[in-house]
Formats: sequence, C-alpha cells, structure tokens
Amino acid sequence: MDLTYSEREDAFRAEARAWLEANVPQAPLASFDTAEGARAHREWEKRLDAGGWAMVPWPQAYGGRGANLLEWLVFEEEYYRARAPKRINQNGIFLLGPTIMEYGTPAQRARFLPKIASSEEVWAQGWSEPNAGSDMAAITTTALREGDHYVIRGQKTWASRGAFADWLFGLFRTDPASERHHGLTFVLVPLDTPGVTVRPIAQLDGETGFAEVFFDGARVPVEHRLGAEGEGWSVAMSTAGFERGLMLRSPARFQDTAARLVALLRENDATAPDALRDEVARCWMGAEAYALETYRTVSRLLAGGRIGAEASLNKIFWSELDIRMHELALQLLGDRAELLSEAPAARGVGTWLDSYLFALSGPIYAGTNEIQRNIVAERILGLPR
Amino acid sequence: MDFRHGDDPLLLQATVRDFLAKECAPEVVRAIWDSGTGRSPALWKKLAEIGVTGLLVPEAHGGLGFDETTLVLLLEEAGRAALPEPVIGTSAVAVPLLRELGGALAADWLPRVAAGEAIVAVGHPVSPFVEDAHVADLLLLAQPGALHAVRPADARITEQPANDPGRRIASVEFTPSAATRVAEGERARALLDGALDRGALAAAAAALGACDRMLELAVAYTSQRRQFGKPVGSFQAVKHMLANVKVKLEYARPVVWRAAWSVAHGSPRRSLHVSMAKLAACEAAALGARNALQAHGAIGYTWEQDLHLWMRRAWSLEQAWGRSSFHLGRVRSEVLEGRVPIGPGTTFLGG
Repeated sequence: MDLTYSEREDAFRAEARAWLEANVPQAPLASFDTAEGARAHREWEKRLDAGGWAMVPWPQAYGGRGANLLEWLVFEEEYYRARAPKRINQNGIFLLGPTIMEYGTPAQRARFLPKIASSEEVWAQGWSEPNAGSDMAAITTTALREGDHYVIRGQKTWASRGAFADWLFGLFRTDPASERHHGLTFVLVPLDTPGVTVRPIAQLDGETGFAEVFFDGARVPVEHRLGAEGEGWSVAMSTAGFERGLMLRSPARFQDTAARLVALLRENDATAPDALRDEVARCWMGAEAYALETYRTVSRLLAGGRIGAEASLNKIFWSELDIRMHELALQLLGDRAELLSEAPAARGVGTWLDSYLFALSGPIYAGTNEIQRNIVAERILGLPR
Repeated sequence: MDFRHGDDPLLLQATVRDFLAKECAPEVVRAIWDSGTGRSPALWKKLAEIGVTGLLVPEAHGGLGFDETTLVLLLEEAGRAALPEPVIGTSAVAVPLLRELGGALAADWLPRVAAGEAIVAVGHPVSPFVEDAHVADLLLLAQPGALHAVRPADARITEQPANDPGRRIASVEFTPSAATRVAEGERARALLDGALDRGALAAAAAALGACDRMLELAVAYTSQRRQFGKPVGSFQAVKHMLANVKVKLEYARPVVWRAAWSVAHGSPRRSLHVSMAKLAACEAAALGARNALQAHGAIGYTWEQDLHLWMRRAWSLEQAWGRSSFHLGRVRSEVLEGRVPIGPGTTFLGG
C-alpha cells in the first residue's frame, strides 16, 4: 500500500492545473441543456480537445492523452478544482467511448472515438421506452435487418442530451420473436437519419435535458452495430457499469460540492444550528469516502481487475450523498433557498437550487436506486431472486 | 499510489481468518463469556503463535514488526469472530505505546506480549473505564499531565459489568508517584494522543468485521427462512435493508485502510483520518446490527441465536476509544474551522 503520488503523477497534476488555469472560461457558461449553452459547451470541448485534455485516459490515436486511470482521477480533481464547464458529451466520453473501446471493431474505434473525444459528435442515450424503464428488458423498439441496413421502428424516451445531440446509442430488438434480454442489439443511430424525430422534453428545472425520440422506418447501416447481433444486452450492461461505476461521477465533483457546502456554512456561521454543522461534516466525510473507495477501485483496475456489480454500490452512494449535500445547502440558505439565480436578492446563490433539482434526478437515472439495491442484494450479497 | 495490500498482509489475514473460524467459533465465544475472567489464556497463547499479539512488536523484541496497514486486516478478522481477547488494548494500543516509551519497559514487556504471556491494559482520559484491566499484567494509565506504569497489585480495579461480555471494562484507581510516572508534560500528551488514535483505529477495524459477519448471518438466515411460500430474502424490503448495510460497509473499509496508512506513516492528518474511520465503521456496524436484527425477526431477539455476539460487539466498539460524538467533534474542528485543506485533490497529502 502506498498512498502517496509519484513524481510522474505530481508532474501530471501540475501540467493539468496550469493548462486549466490558463484556459477555463472566466464566466460560467449557460446550461448545456439550452441552445446557447450547448453551443458554448461545444466550443469549450473543442478547446479542451485541442489542448489534448478532452479524454486523458484514451490512447493518443483516438484523441486521448494515453494517461492511466489514476492520472484520470488526478485530472478530474484539477478539472473540478478549476470549476471548469460540465461535459456536454458525457454520454459519449464516459459511457459510449469505453464501450466502443471494448466492443468496437478497429474501424468503429477509428471512426467514432476521435469525434467523441472532440465532441464534434455529441451523443444521447437511448435506453428507456414508454413501457421499458426500470424493466429495460421490456424494450419493444425494433431494428429489423433489411439487406445491409437496420430499419428502426418505435420510440425511445428520457434520452439524455437528446435535444442537442447528433447521435444516439441504444438497445433495439433485432429479433422480433425474442423476449426479455435476448434478441437485443446495440446500435448507433445518427439523429439526422430520415424517419427519426426528436421531441425535447422540459425537465423539472424547465430545461430540455432529455427528449423523446421517434423512429418511423429509420434506416441505419449495419456497420453501426456495436458488438454482435443479439448480444446487445451484455454490451449495454458494460456501458451501464461504466456509468454507475467509475467514470460518470468522479469523486472530485462531490468533493467540490462538499467544499462549497463548508464555505456556505462558514458564511452563515452565526445562524447555523449545531445539528447542521454535524451534517455538513458528515457530508464532507462522505465525499472523502467516495474518493477513497474510487482510488481503491482504480488500484484494482490498474492491476487487471474489472468493474462488476459493485458499480451499483457507487451509484447508490454518490446519488444520495449529492441530494443530502444540496438539502443542507438549502437549509443554510434559509429565506434565499427558493430564489432563482436571476432574483435580485439571490446574490449568486440560485445555483444551489438548480443543482438541487438536478441532484434529485440522481437516484432515478442510470437505473433507479431501487434497481441498484436489487443488484447489490442479488449479485453481491447472493440473496434469492 | 496503490491502495492494494501486499501479499504478506493478505496471507496473514487469511491465516487469521481460518484460525479464528476453527478456534473461535460462536460456542467458544460463549464459553469464554461464561468463564470468570471472560478470556482464554490458551487462545491468547495460540494467537501469539501465529503472530497476532506481537504483530506490531519489533522483530528485535520477538514480534513480527508489521505496521498498522496489516494490523487492521487482522482486527477485522477479530471483529468477524467476535474474539473476546484483548487484541485492541494490548496488541494495537499498548505495544506501540511501550515501543515509544522504550527503555526497560519496552525491553521487559514487548517480548512477553509477543509470546502471549502478558496483557497490558491502557487507560485513556477519553473513557473512565479501562479495557481488560481485570486481567492485565501491567497498566499504563493517564493522569493529568502524565503517564504512569502501574502494577495491578498497586491499583484498585473495580469491574464494571457491561453489555458486551466479550469486552470487559473496569474502573481503575491508583496513587501516582514518581516511581510510577513514565512520561510527563508534552511527551505524555503526545503518547496519549497516539494511544487514542491507535485505539480508535483498532476499534474501527474490528467494527468492519462485526458488520460483515452480521450481514453474512442475515443473508444466510433470510435465504433459508420461508414465509408466504418463498424465502423472505427474496422480498425487496429485506433486500434493500441489507443492501444499505453493504453500501455503508464498503464505503467505510477504505476509510479505515487509509487511517491505518496515516498512523503507520505518522501523517500530520492521522487523527482526522482515524476519527473519520471510527465514525464510518461504527456507523456501518450500528446499521448492520439494527438491520440484521430486523431481518432475523423474533429469532434474532433471543439469547440463543448467535447474532447478538456481534451486535454487542458493534455496540461496545462504539463506546470504545471515543464515541461518535467525540470523533465527530474532532472532524468538525479540523474541517469546518479550516485547519485542513478541503476540496478536489486534497484527499492525499501532496495532492
């Protein structure tokens, strides 16, 4: 066990910090779930990519920096420390990218990964359907083979980033006679394909963070299939593992929230009750525990381990910690807790409300926490189905 | 940066786990509970033979010379077995204290602890009670501004029957003198601070093991117990309750490991890290006890069912070496008053 950084890791941190300090926009960008914000975030991603920082753990051939996962954690720490913009292409860089790395053909890797890294192509997720939410194996949208194309018919919903994305990845039923998780295939769909209609959905915070996507005979070339036909479920589970497990929510995100919460407590020191101080200290410890557990996981992965069902533990932990931190922040804000950013009396605190509303989606997206608890109970603890 | 344990610590952990599974089964624990002293000299001697009692004793004094990152793995096994022997007070706290005191005390007592021939109890101002004082061969006791080494014959030891028969505690009175004083002033304070950190770290590690065992018992019971025509463990209300324990446990373990590393390496943040570990592990064990009991239903509420061996241990470890309120106070004063850097990249020194 060695809990110190090597000189190489220190040097990597210094290099990342210097670049971010020189390049992170001074003023926060508008939300990437608005048209203006989406443009600004794509510009930022272009700059990040030009600097070689878009996807540090990927091989250089695919637009990465060839760093290891530990360096990726260090980069994430610096990224959040610099309060750099959120990643508009998180579906692509954190979820689809690693899946293409694992299941893609050499041609698919060369075709898709560099454009994911640069966010020239921004990705939406296409899992849920009106009647397939937590029960994802109930998917009915079909992609039927006609020559060298799949013809897609049906509907996806809650497609994150769907409103402003270029492509969608998702699961489709390629064998119409199949049931449950059999006969599903993972397909990559350009959203400008004729027969695809995207209808943005306003979320709880009023922004269009996700969309319904209708497919009416949309034709997609067979080479956009990821993994074998009928094997989509295991490809999707690998993506979901990345999502819940390591990459989507790096610890730095919650450590930054915890540090801002502590700062907020100190600003309201005179009026904060003791019970609230205890809770803030506990939240800070929660964020640290998440960081420590992530370093432990990365050590294991670097030694050849894999992420399995324990990804579900992570997802439960960070999503509930995030809500708790935001609830505390709103309590500390007192009368100002309900104000939107533009309210004259808000004096900059409205972002806590925005991020509270977002935090509430954490236990729902990437598989509800109830589903995660079933996975923990059945696949880790071994309880009967 | 590497969070993994080396092969030797893992091998030692596996050895101790197998040993305790055989030599410290629940019926053995119950027999020790019912003995007059609440401990088994024969078991202590065998623990010495596999290196547990003297794990932190330098090789020159007959020990294995390992550090705390290995010790926490063995203490997790002690918790898993609800081992009633004084591994926390003697092996985790007294040994490093004697090592730091040095001189004749260290030379006399460390080899005897390593050989399983002596128990050394440590009294700290954080608690009015001293673990294992009734069976100690030597007492290391705090008085304002000083640390004393006292022969049990020179002390008045009053046992205080408590909730966990496997962790016996007593009040100890003695008359301090120049002859008993082994450290004073700043040095005594530093030694006692170190002892507190080590005691709390050890209790945290044992709490992990107790939590894990209770979870295992609850899973086994609810997988076999049938109601409404199926195992009760197939119901989501039961599954989710036990999944919650698993989440708490897995997020406590790396906190304990990191605290062990900080103590072993004398990190300036070691006390903060230990308090975080004590809080996280005892919180996991408390939830483990609560939810494992609920999962067992009425059978878990009996003396006959073994579950309470670990429930009592979980509760008594919460009391040991600073309760949660004490450790939360330490974290608050470090973190909320700006004494340590916080935010992304500050988890490890040099970040």
